[in-house]
Amino acid sequence: MRAIYKRELKSFIASPLGYAFMAFLILIVSIYFTKYSLMDGYPWFGGILAATTFVFLIIVPLLTMRVLAEERRQKTDQLLLTAPVTVSDIVLGKFFALLTVLAIPMLWFCLYPLLMMSFGKTAASVPMDYLSIFGFFLLGAANLAIGLFISALTENQVLSAVLTFAVLLICYFSQSLVGFIPGTANASLIGFTVLIVLAALVLFIMTRNVLLSGSVAVVLEIILIAVYALKNEWMENAIAKVFSVIDISGRLDNFIEGIFDLSGVVYYISVVALCLFLSVQAIQKRRWS
Amino acid sequence: MIEIHNLTKKYGSHIAVDHLSFQVERGKIYGFLGPNGAGKTTTMNMITGYIGATEGEVRINGYDILESPEQAKKCIGYLPEIPPLYMDMTPNEYLKFVAELKGIGRDEREAMIRDIMETTKITDVQHRLIKNLSKGYRQRVGLAQALIGYPEVIILDEPTVGLDPKQIIEIRDLIKSLGDRHTVILSSHILSEVSAVCDHVLIISKGKLVASDRPENLSAHLAEKMQLSLTIMGEERLIRETLRLMPEIRKYEIHHSVEDGAWDIELTAGEQTDIRKKLFSEFAKLEYPILKMQSSGKSLEDVFLELTQDEQAADGKEEA
Repeated sequence: MRAIYKRELKSFIASPLGYAFMAFLILIVSIYFTKYSLMDGYPWFGGILAATTFVFLIIVPLLTMRVLAEERRQKTDQLLLTAPVTVSDIVLGKFFALLTVLAIPMLWFCLYPLLMMSFGKTAASVPMDYLSIFGFFLLGAANLAIGLFISALTENQVLSAVLTFAVLLICYFSQSLVGFIPGTANASLIGFTVLIVLAALVLFIMTRNVLLSGSVAVVLEIILIAVYALKNEWMENAIAKVFSVIDISGRLDNFIEGIFDLSGVVYYISVVALCLFLSVQAIQKRRWS
Repeated sequence: MIEIHNLTKKYGSHIAVDHLSFQVERGKIYGFLGPNGAGKTTTMNMITGYIGATEGEVRINGYDILESPEQAKKCIGYLPEIPPLYMDMTPNEYLKFVAELKGIGRDEREAMIRDIMETTKITDVQHRLIKNLSKGYRQRVGLAQALIGYPEVIILDEPTVGLDPKQIIEIRDLIKSLGDRHTVILSSHILSEVSAVCDHVLIISKGKLVASDRPENLSAHLAEKMQLSLTIMGEERLIRETLRLMPEIRKYEIHHSVEDGAWDIELTAGEQTDIRKKLFSEFAKLEYPILKMQSSGKSLEDVFLELTQDEQAADGKEEA
């Protein structure tokens, strides 16, 4: 794992990609910081971070697109997979390298609250700002894990970047998208039916098994209709509740307020763990098909 | 050393490797021979654990490649068809990375890399970026990568493809010299390469093992008959007479030669009999000069074609 981590980090430093990621992140946050904190005297650093989460949408796909896809395209995955290391070692090494690239701008941001103290910010509020930086870091880590997983699915960098961007975009706007769907039980029924059809389609693409994906869809639809008929009140606003699961940036709210949100930490770590697990599975599956 | 038992790989309904079983002994160079698409690369990928087998097992030094992959993979160095190189590294950095990946201790690493770079003759280019190296050098760096950790088995997939003749000879010599310390398995579709380098040849066709023997046995075994082509100057009638009176000759054909007054003769003699001396003295008695005498005994090439074509013919019949 160490070898892979070191090589990956070196390649980020050797290529403009790693620098671009760090520079862009620092640039955007610093523009907001200069405008609001330094010029307008706005003391709340968490608010600045909250306003800049959109940066991840743009830079995460660029950083993660080649991370596993490129290994496959260059056939260097043959070296890694025939070396005495496990697939989890490979994925973890890659992920920690990504995390390091993310952590460097975060260390830089830690200076900003200190800078604000010279403009009369109270020392007592600095730990709260650090907590929001920590939350921001977790959000970035979750985004990177999603990008890593998508990179494991394809050997085409462009496809990987576009897919990652699309997924992150859906996550980012999930709450506002749900706002368009009425909260009634009928709307939920239709919404879930669409989701079931999509899930069945994905299952079919992955397994090429009509019987399996068809029967899964039918079973899920029967359960859905049963719930609709028997427990109609459960279906009210159900779509919104389900979509809140993928609302990654929404979990940042408490951190931004300077509150240590344990459920948020658990949520982000779970997203990371799930994505890394799926990446390992995606690589393993390819070896067996 | 390596035991392969009933190894099978299916891609959907297509069978790439079909119940392959063989064993590899220590300290020999094995040639894995077959036409394109015979399943050589797939088999090698399964032996090295890059892809999983649909059925069957691979044991390396007693370790199953799927059950205890780490121990098994430690015994193998693999150079795939396309060398797995990182273009943005120098050979030196790359070999350091591979050494760390293979878990070589920090103190051994330096000396090992220096030694392997000497063996593969890449010391001169060690600080140049791999993307700027020629194909021959890239192949050497790939080979150096396989040698890191001095694994007992070195597996090389088409190591000379795309190299120029001089580089081919150099790589072949290198592979031969590896045979002293390692067990080598190399795949190729070039017969002369296999007969020049290998101690033992495994011929596969359509995913099945069709022959396994030493190269000289393989050609001797299948070349039961001796075939000669001659050009003799003289009278046709007397030549026919002489040939008919030699019991060793099973059959012969006689044609006009391009040279005036000469005859081209294709003849087949019985097994393991050398009739060249006898032919010489018979025609010397007649004072008929032998302008040309050439043995056309079967080469490995013929054996290969015969074996792999039989397979294809049988296949054709099945389909029909």
